[in-house]
Amino acid sequence: MASVTLKNVSKAFGAYDVIRSINLEIEDGEFMVFVGPSGCGKSTLLRLIAGLVPVSEGDVFIGGEQVTDVPASKRGLAFVFQSYALYPHMNVSRNISFALETARLGKDEIRRRVTKVAEMLKISHLLDRRPRQLSGGQRQRVAIGRALVGEPEVFLFDEPLSNLDADLRMEMRFEIVKLHGDVKTTMIYVTHDQTEAMTLADRIVILNQGRIEQVGRPRELYDRPANRFVAGFLGSPRMNFAPLDRAASSAGVLRGVGGFYHAAELAGAENPTEIGLRPEALKLVSAETKGAICGTFERMEDLGYEYVCYVRLSETLVWTVRSTGRPPAFTEGQPVGLGWQPESLYLFGEDGRRIDHDSAVQLASGASL
Amino acid sequence: MKMAMTTTVPAKRYSNSTYRTIKRMKALGLYAGVAAVLVYMLFPYYWAIVSSTKSGQALYQFSLVPSLDFSNYWQLFHNPVFMGALVNSGLVAFASTMISLVIGILAAYALGRLQLSPGRIILIAVLMISIFPQVVVLSGMFEVIGWLGLYNRPSALIVSYLILTLPFTTWILTSFIRDLPTELEEAALIDGCSRLRVLTHVLLPLMGPAIASAGLLSFILAWNEFLFALTFILTDENRTVPVAIGLLTGSSRYEYPFGQIMAASVTVTLPLLVLVLIFQRKIVAGLTSGAVKG
Repeated sequence: MASVTLKNVSKAFGAYDVIRSINLEIEDGEFMVFVGPSGCGKSTLLRLIAGLVPVSEGDVFIGGEQVTDVPASKRGLAFVFQSYALYPHMNVSRNISFALETARLGKDEIRRRVTKVAEMLKISHLLDRRPRQLSGGQRQRVAIGRALVGEPEVFLFDEPLSNLDADLRMEMRFEIVKLHGDVKTTMIYVTHDQTEAMTLADRIVILNQGRIEQVGRPRELYDRPANRFVAGFLGSPRMNFAPLDRAASSAGVLRGVGGFYHAAELAGAENPTEIGLRPEALKLVSAETKGAICGTFERMEDLGYEYVCYVRLSETLVWTVRSTGRPPAFTEGQPVGLGWQPESLYLFGEDGRRIDHDSAVQLASGASL
Repeated sequence: MKMAMTTTVPAKRYSNSTYRTIKRMKALGLYAGVAAVLVYMLFPYYWAIVSSTKSGQALYQFSLVPSLDFSNYWQLFHNPVFMGALVNSGLVAFASTMISLVIGILAAYALGRLQLSPGRIILIAVLMISIFPQVVVLSGMFEVIGWLGLYNRPSALIVSYLILTLPFTTWILTSFIRDLPTELEEAALIDGCSRLRVLTHVLLPLMGPAIASAGLLSFILAWNEFLFALTFILTDENRTVPVAIGLLTGSSRYEYPFGQIMAASVTVTLPLLVLVLIFQRKIVAGLTSGAVKG
């Protein structure tokens, strides 16, 4: 078990900067998830930690020791690949034991460890099969077994569940959580799936264009996103944004698309340029409701347990509303109001950073639309 | 036909039976073409077989049926020069194939996988070398062989055949290695393998099809080579088969041993046929299936 520390780590492929000066501390035994849109550099970052890709600048520490120039094979890590990367010409047992053979362990020791891992992952009956004779879920287990058997100090997962179907993904997600509980090893997990990130992580790193946008516990990131990017990335459907009309706004009354957003006592002198409201913080109300944001009803998706409504605020802006229960009966083009609670309002400044505001926002009485 | 329903089908079309006839005609045409090509390709070989079983006057009579007289073969197999040449050819072809495979595999791994900056240039240079006509290289090669002291030795041929076999061996293997999933290699590196162990334990077992086809082609090339074999070898006991056939003589200088030459041609082709039949089973794709998502 070991901590992982990155100091000013950068990676450039030619003139293209993939990772830009990242500083990160991953604690011993922590489950850390890297998440971000495709092309944000999360897989590259994982490969930098693994030593499969050399860093351009900066230092990598594992267990407090400098490993920047240590080859991948000597870092005491295990890596689970998206494609599993099982050796097709070896059976399951040899796939798992290959690292031990390479390390020249004794035959009895190898057999003991392989048996133990196979029992743990319930793949004992598959040991003689070839990878091509296994189902996706079974291959995934073998890949995890291959990682486990070396008793690594750090586990690295590169989108391990993205090739599985939805049911299996949920099952394997649960098993990975259980595995982490059992072995208590540091795990670093890359995914683009925010459900995986939210459910698996002790802490999440949100990456964008090679930079860290925010690091924190899942709930913290969801409730208190550092900036517009994080706010928009977590949550499905994503947060609704609307620009503010600064000229028409004054302290306490913000004016923008869809009417007024009344918010008093904004902290600091910063002027917000944009507001955000999560779809589940909105409620469909009648168009005449005071303080509601107004728009026209566009369409509704009924998902059974919940429903998502699309409300057009302007030519270019459509907001989503998510709620549970029976969907309301609105028709297309009908004017509707969107009710919201002041404490769920997010404000963003010009640079995209979230501006803290006192949640005791007053609804101005008598505001008209 | 009722006209009322045709509004939904704007394009004109023929009846179903017309299309069926067209389909049959196409199939027929295809098979006719294949048959023509096969006859064109295989007839010379068949003619060699037929001629090889004739001797004396029979050779001058036109007949498509082999006469089953194997005296030509009997004579050939008791010809020490020819049998020696057969052994030489086998040794030379086998050795040069093995050497070019070993060097080719190592080169292909370096060129296909390791991020070498001059890799591209080297690959193009390799391609250029394989474009040179043999005659251009011949005189230079002659100097090199003399300088190495290999003149009139079969090893001269092993060395010189490398410039023919190595370029395409490298090319075939390089493109094959590039197609293998990178993650397999990364997995092996994480499992603690050195580069060499990655190559021997992970990549090599998967390269069977490419190695079989590259090896087969280079064997055929070395087996059939004539120009170098004629130039670098002086005496009968060191010759390879293609030259030995060309220099076969009859019992007198006025006799052209046509039957024997045909018998030799057939004999020389047989090892290649056997090799191809053995290795075509090896040349199966799909060995990598199961490594990545299926």
